[in-house]
Amino acid sequence: MTIDAVLLLIMGVMFAAAVYLLMDRTLTRIMFGLMLFTNGVNLLIIIMAGPAGLPPIVTDGVADDEYLDPLPQALTLTSIVISFAITAFLLALIYRSWVLARRDEVQVDIEDIQVAEQPAYDAEDDAELTEEESEFLEDHEDPNIDYELTTRDEPTVRPHDPKEGDRR
Amino acid sequence: MNDFSVVSLAPLSVLLPILGAAIAFTLVRRPMSQIVVTLATMVITMSLEIWLLVDVWMNGGAEAVLLGGWEAPIAISLVVDRFSAIMLVVSSVVVLSVLLFASAQGLGDDEAPQQPVSIFHPTFLILTAGVSNAFLAGDLFNLYVGFEILLTASYVLLTIGGTGPRVRAGVTYVVVSVVSSVIFLVAIAMIYGATGTVNMADLAMKLGDLDPDLQQLLHLMLLVGFGIKAAVFPLSFWLPDSYPTAPAPVTAVFAGLLTKVGVYAIVRTETLLFPGDRVNTLLLVISGLTMIVGILGALVQFDIKRVLSFTLVSHIGYMIFGVSVANQVGLTATVFYVVHHITIQTALFLVTGLIEYRTGTANVDRLGSMAKISPLVAILFLVPALNLGGIPPFSGFLGKVGLIEGGVVNGSPLAWVMVAASVVTSLLTLMVMMRIWTRVFWRPIEDSEDPAMRGMEEAKRAEAKATPLRTDSRGLVVPTVGLVTVGVALTFVAGPLFDFADKAANDMIHRTPYIEAVLGEEAAQEAQLEADVLEDWGISGSDGAGTQQGSEGGSGD
Repeated sequence: MTIDAVLLLIMGVMFAAAVYLLMDRTLTRIMFGLMLFTNGVNLLIIIMAGPAGLPPIVTDGVADDEYLDPLPQALTLTSIVISFAITAFLLALIYRSWVLARRDEVQVDIEDIQVAEQPAYDAEDDAELTEEESEFLEDHEDPNIDYELTTRDEPTVRPHDPKEGDRR
Repeated sequence: MNDFSVVSLAPLSVLLPILGAAIAFTLVRRPMSQIVVTLATMVITMSLEIWLLVDVWMNGGAEAVLLGGWEAPIAISLVVDRFSAIMLVVSSVVVLSVLLFASAQGLGDDEAPQQPVSIFHPTFLILTAGVSNAFLAGDLFNLYVGFEILLTASYVLLTIGGTGPRVRAGVTYVVVSVVSSVIFLVAIAMIYGATGTVNMADLAMKLGDLDPDLQQLLHLMLLVGFGIKAAVFPLSFWLPDSYPTAPAPVTAVFAGLLTKVGVYAIVRTETLLFPGDRVNTLLLVISGLTMIVGILGALVQFDIKRVLSFTLVSHIGYMIFGVSVANQVGLTATVFYVVHHITIQTALFLVTGLIEYRTGTANVDRLGSMAKISPLVAILFLVPALNLGGIPPFSGFLGKVGLIEGGVVNGSPLAWVMVAASVVTSLLTLMVMMRIWTRVFWRPIEDSEDPAMRGMEEAKRAEAKATPLRTDSRGLVVPTVGLVTVGVALTFVAGPLFDFADKAANDMIHRTPYIEAVLGEEAAQEAQLEADVLEDWGISGSDGAGTQQGSEGGSGD
């Protein structure tokens, strides 16, 4: 099978740029990355059809090398439609994200950070509580102070705490 | 009409939901009739698929429908064999009960009251169509289209209402899914370039002639693409991040079905397209890591939905394990386990939906006294939880025994390590489930770690307790009870089901029924020659050991 080197090179560049863009935190760049990614594949499918120039029409008596395989074009059309729909949806999603957060960036999952920052010690599982009847103990006298410290109301994560790497 | 077979109606299981979705879309302003249309469509589709399953169960083998009047391999073929038939039925049962649940819940009283409920039901039907299409697809590109249909529908369902957390999760989910689809598409393009066909039966015959290095490349690309969709470690990071934010019914059906479509595709790749033990060692290691890493993730979570998402990832490992031990016992158990896991995982998510409905939260730290608040919900949770953990009479136990037996039959040291890993995972799953059980259902609500509750004055707390919680809604409970019952019933039909799964596995390993259905007898005979491959699967010695195990367990109750 003959392959067009220029098309192949373009495809490679598109994939490389796409992967680079996908690594970004900025949503618009991610979207551009996905567009390049999907179109790179479309190009690959077209390349698989063989060299350009011949008509994709088969009639009786046409030799194998006198027509272009029409199936990859059908496949490409399908995948173009799909990638178009997904790009449109993603664009709407990015807009919504911007409306909600006013930031064109992948949002941080707060609950995820809470899970990550919780200590290995889980008071409810691991605390050894001593029986104590008296109330109004000072902290240093309270035998169960550990338990109360670990379960008290203390949000460990502030949602707007800027983290390193959030912005450049 | 004399050679009429119900299999020629198979395309309807894709077409009917799409048609139903179209009708439902026109009824946007009439929620009630929309629900009726949707449910009716699902009932019809399900009956059709049950008919298909009965036909396949009785007559056996595989049958293909060639669309558009072309000859295979040019035509787009839909193939019904034992595995795809049972998957179709299970998926419809699950979707129907989730739809009933969702209709009763009336998505409107979720977090965002203004969300467009009217698109929920049609989108759900389109999701079903995509799932059916993926199960039936007889060529790779059609499989890709099936994936895209279900993924696009799932993007809409995941971000329904467009609230902050859902948009955040939705972006990750969309990007990851598109990347996996692109990898799959690249593999398709390269396979087409190498062989000149995308028909799976045709590929089964032609891929073996390629250069082994090229085969390896194509094989791995397909596995990476499917692995992301199936959430196999290390490609599973996206799942626990995105699933829990969606409404309960949506998460339920995603957890039950979407990853299993990926597993289904992996099974097809391993049996039909690339038989032989090229990557089995890799898959074995990956399956063990998926089990262990997934369940360790579940241990630290404090939201029930997140815990369940992590156990989902972990249990995908079991299915991959059954495929990678590369013998009939393992594959049989995988088929059984997929059926079991779809039902149970969906049931658990529906129960979580019930808890959330009653109390307004699924956070373990804030819940308590649920056994007193609603004993019914407690029972509904306990049964599938024990089932998932693999407690003896239930189907989870039978499936796991089958899988472990597959590992033992395989006999390599690595397989033994993975058998150990699967037992450990099973125990840890039980521990995770019992943690939820003790905290949510048995701990008095006063002892919960809810910061809001702790900070409250005593009087306020009493007031909060006096506010009546919502009562169980019958519309929500009935579908959940139904699905939990189906999960329990799997235990009672385990004997015949294992038998069926055994035949399905046998068909898949031999490949000839599938190829014969699509390409005709001559091609099948040609494909049959590769007897050395069959020997790799241990076909001769291990006849139906898992079957007997299953029937004993089934009749023992």
